[in-house]
Amino acid sequence: MDLKRQVAYMRRSLFDQGYLDEQFIQLEDLQDDVNPNFVEEIVTLFYRDSARLILNIEQAMEKSPLDFDKLDTYMHQFKGSSSSIGAKKVKSEATQFREFCKAGNAEGCLRTYQQLKKEYTTLRKKLETYFQLARQAGPAETASRPN
Amino acid sequence: MDMSGSKASTSSPRRGLSGDTRESERLHVLAVDDSSIDRKLIEKLLKSSSYRVTTVESGKRALELLGLGKENSFFKEQKVNMIITDYCMPEMTGFDLLKRVKESSALKEIPVVILSSENVPTRINRCLEEGAEEFLLKPLRQSDVSRLHNHMTRVNRCGSVS
Repeated sequence: MDLKRQVAYMRRSLFDQGYLDEQFIQLEDLQDDVNPNFVEEIVTLFYRDSARLILNIEQAMEKSPLDFDKLDTYMHQFKGSSSSIGAKKVKSEATQFREFCKAGNAEGCLRTYQQLKKEYTTLRKKLETYFQLARQAGPAETASRPN
Repeated sequence: MDMSGSKASTSSPRRGLSGDTRESERLHVLAVDDSSIDRKLIEKLLKSSSYRVTTVESGKRALELLGLGKENSFFKEQKVNMIITDYCMPEMTGFDLLKRVKESSALKEIPVVILSSENVPTRINRCLEEGAEEFLLKPLRQSDVSRLHNHMTRVNRCGSVS
């Protein structure tokens, strides 16, 4: 398959499978000649910045009993960032996690956190592949919008 | 960096003199957010609409930049046409910053817009009552940025940005 078509197909799948939402398109719309790699840059920034938060969350999760307020604060930040890059599934898990925090449900938090970590890692891999492919395909015409 | 727009001006931010956009002619927005991702995003959004942007990570830094900081502040005082601030920030919230700005005779005319990821009616009302121009939900979009221009133009018309 032609490389450009591959890229378009991959992009489409990311939306269709619910990994990305409309906010990602907002990011794409901001990409221009001045910032031709804006989307990749902001996604990279997200993964770099959130690594710290993930660490904080994991450390907090090791404490017993769990400090739900603290966890909720961390997750609030994390949710905000994931929302800003259009990371749909990650955001959804973050929301769920916060619900469990508010309910003081430790098991729910632990379970949801595993899911969140999984989605976070999966998305990273997919986006890395996507950006790499997109770079190989060369400067594309504006990607088609999923309707 | 004096915003000498004392004449009534409804022109777009990109006013030109002999075809050139002078740095000082463009409207200057101060964006405050503790999230580096959101700072990057808002900076791009605003720059794409031809605003000059300064981003800072806290209310404290914002106040320093506005001239309300300590004596030996790192920041040189700058004129701004609008402040956009996140609500949830450690130490000083967006609401606290709003209050400080509105309490200052030097700064109270500057329109302040609050951003929040949470849609909490009591929070929204509180901010609006304290003098915020708008309360917008994150993530901020290009359509939101177009609305902001109305608030800034209004201030320039009064010529009351000191």
